[in-house]
Amino acid sequence: MTKRTAWKSGTPEAALLSGATVVDPRAGLHGAFDVHISEGKIVSVSEAGTIEVPDDCQVIDCSGQILMPAFTDPHVHFRTPGQEHKETISSGTAAAAAGGYCLVLAMPNTTPTVDGAEILRGILARAEQEAVIPMGQLGAITKGLGGADLTEMAQMTEAGAAGFTDDGIPVTDAGVLRKALRYQQVTGAVIALHEEDPSLSLGAPLNEGLVSAKLGLRGQPGVAESTMISRDCELAELEDAVIHVQHVSSAGSVRVIREAKARGVKVTAEASPHHLLLTDEACSTLDSRAKMNPPLRSEEDRQAVIAGLVDGTLDCIATDHAPHHVDEKEQPFEDAPFGTTGLETSFAAVYDELVVRSGMSLDLIVERMTSGCIPFGFEPPSIVSGHAASITVFDPGSEWVVGSDGWASSSSNSCFAGRRLCGRIVRTFVEGVQVYEGGSK
Amino acid sequence: MKHLISIDQLGRNGIERILDRAASFGSVASREVQKVPALRGRLVVNLFYESSTRTTSSFELAAKRLSADVISIRSSGSSVDKGESLKDTITTLDAYEPAAIVVRHPRAGAADLVARWTRAAVINAGDGAHAHPTQALLDVHTLRQRFGQLDGLKIWIVGDIAHSRVARSTAAAFGLMGASVTLCGPPTLLPPGIGAALGCRVVTNLDELAEADVVYTLRMQHERMQGGDVPSLNEYAALYGITGDRLVASQVVMHPGPVNRGVELAGDVVDSAQSLIGEQVAAGVAVRMAVLYELLAGAEKDERVREAATA
Repeated sequence: MTKRTAWKSGTPEAALLSGATVVDPRAGLHGAFDVHISEGKIVSVSEAGTIEVPDDCQVIDCSGQILMPAFTDPHVHFRTPGQEHKETISSGTAAAAAGGYCLVLAMPNTTPTVDGAEILRGILARAEQEAVIPMGQLGAITKGLGGADLTEMAQMTEAGAAGFTDDGIPVTDAGVLRKALRYQQVTGAVIALHEEDPSLSLGAPLNEGLVSAKLGLRGQPGVAESTMISRDCELAELEDAVIHVQHVSSAGSVRVIREAKARGVKVTAEASPHHLLLTDEACSTLDSRAKMNPPLRSEEDRQAVIAGLVDGTLDCIATDHAPHHVDEKEQPFEDAPFGTTGLETSFAAVYDELVVRSGMSLDLIVERMTSGCIPFGFEPPSIVSGHAASITVFDPGSEWVVGSDGWASSSSNSCFAGRRLCGRIVRTFVEGVQVYEGGSK
Repeated sequence: MKHLISIDQLGRNGIERILDRAASFGSVASREVQKVPALRGRLVVNLFYESSTRTTSSFELAAKRLSADVISIRSSGSSVDKGESLKDTITTLDAYEPAAIVVRHPRAGAADLVARWTRAAVINAGDGAHAHPTQALLDVHTLRQRFGQLDGLKIWIVGDIAHSRVARSTAAAFGLMGASVTLCGPPTLLPPGIGAALGCRVVTNLDELAEADVVYTLRMQHERMQGGDVPSLNEYAALYGITGDRLVASQVVMHPGPVNRGVELAGDVVDSAQSLIGEQVAAGVAVRMAVLYELLAGAEKDERVREAATA
């Protein structure tokens, strides 16, 4: 089978990670275990203090920390090729490593668009040289994201495409999407969808609601998203195709997906940390870091997205990491581009708000942070002997202010900048290679 | 208070303080020398990214009557046309050490950004459909001159609420001054949530217009027709146009200008004794003098003057 991810890799550690609370819902683990890793694999997972440590193995004290399978993110923008002033494969994957990730999938809305096999191969070749952690690359559904002509999806699949999407813009023409879904019989690759009816959203810079009314700005209503999801679930059902709905933001969208899943439509969906934590109130000062698409919505929408994450309507957490240069964001709200960075803050932000403050289950969050790769056909990591040693260590006692120590990303447009968070990633291992060490210890 | 960005930051006390001063400046125009020396030697920059007759000229005149030096920059023909960012334009102007920058910009929040990039006092002369605080002040001033106070007045704001910065600022100011405000217009020009956002009642017809003490009409912009927000100017005028026979004799009519005669407001109403439009224009200069005075010569001295004094 074609290789669908690439990274530069490194030398795996031989180490005993001792004293941590291991949380891996997929393996049924939540308790004090020592984890022995060597030659890129997990050698053993044993009750704390019971492992004989080989002489050549370092002991890493993780007491007081939480050890989890490393995260996977099906939705990042690395801006390469063409917009390297915002992010590169090197800086983007470094940000992912700092956020505890072992796999990220990059979107094809680059310059030029990733709409052919050659450019896709080029990106994976570059990842081979510079990617700090493994990354995959999605191809475009339509040529140049033009919404009209299908790309050579079979050849891109052959070249290693992780899936297909026109993310950033919707596939407005239902007939074009239907053809793409039929063509899936050839590629077998999931179609990921940015859902937005432009005749309803009107390209508005924020949610339609009290905040937009007060600011005198046009707003995007939630139905701009939910009506398109409804349409596309119907099309997927008709064609017996598999779709993945990106960055679900509104209560209506969650309801539509829940109903579609209940009747057997093959649909998965993702929620972003910013939609789980923030509302359009964050736009009331016209801070362009709070401008993203789909926009931050009402508290009712936020609660519906949380409920969707809890009941499994939304399968995973995806950052939609969207770096932009400071010169582009330092403009009036309407002129600034959509997007927030997210890789370096996702787990800490979600842990702080949903686990610590709102009492949500840590196991559930770990499951949703690791499962983003599944709709795209990748196995999520697990803390089980014999599996790849892709592990994240988190210090729940480390308080930090987001952005105060700078960023691994080339961009700093985080909607969480300045927020005080409880807990921080301290180590990330991918296949035994330590790709990040930082934070408190 | 360093800047004037929105009416909310003033509160009722702030509005009254500024308008009491505006009342005292009102007599300057009738002097033989129409000037006071309050801002002599200070620089006021007018930076207008949108065309405007009334607001530009009244700010210029206000600054000149306070003896300030004034430069006015319009976006056409300037470096703005060459693609210069707002930030770079402000940084450049800041090097002239202006005491105040008066800015009008088509984007909401622009004045707030300008305030971050300059040491000058910033006056928002309109940012997108967001705010236009000096218009709100002059509207309150006009009504205070007529009614003494606004407490208990019933004010209807009629027209294109969606695209109007005047509606947002003026409704907020009327509310702060104790009036009860009704927003009226076609549903397609009333953004969802606008009533709750501004604390106003919202109606979509003129049936109860007779209850209003003040009818404040908004300009119906021709470009709105292309967006399909209303079917035609003709239908708009038929449903929402303020004509003499829709008014009762005790009502007064206001408009921020420029008027589309025969659309939002009948020509004979504009010219009638019920119209306060002329008073609004006259109030503009005195109110803007008071705002400049408040920010530049009021209790809080300019930072740079203080820095120079202590250096």
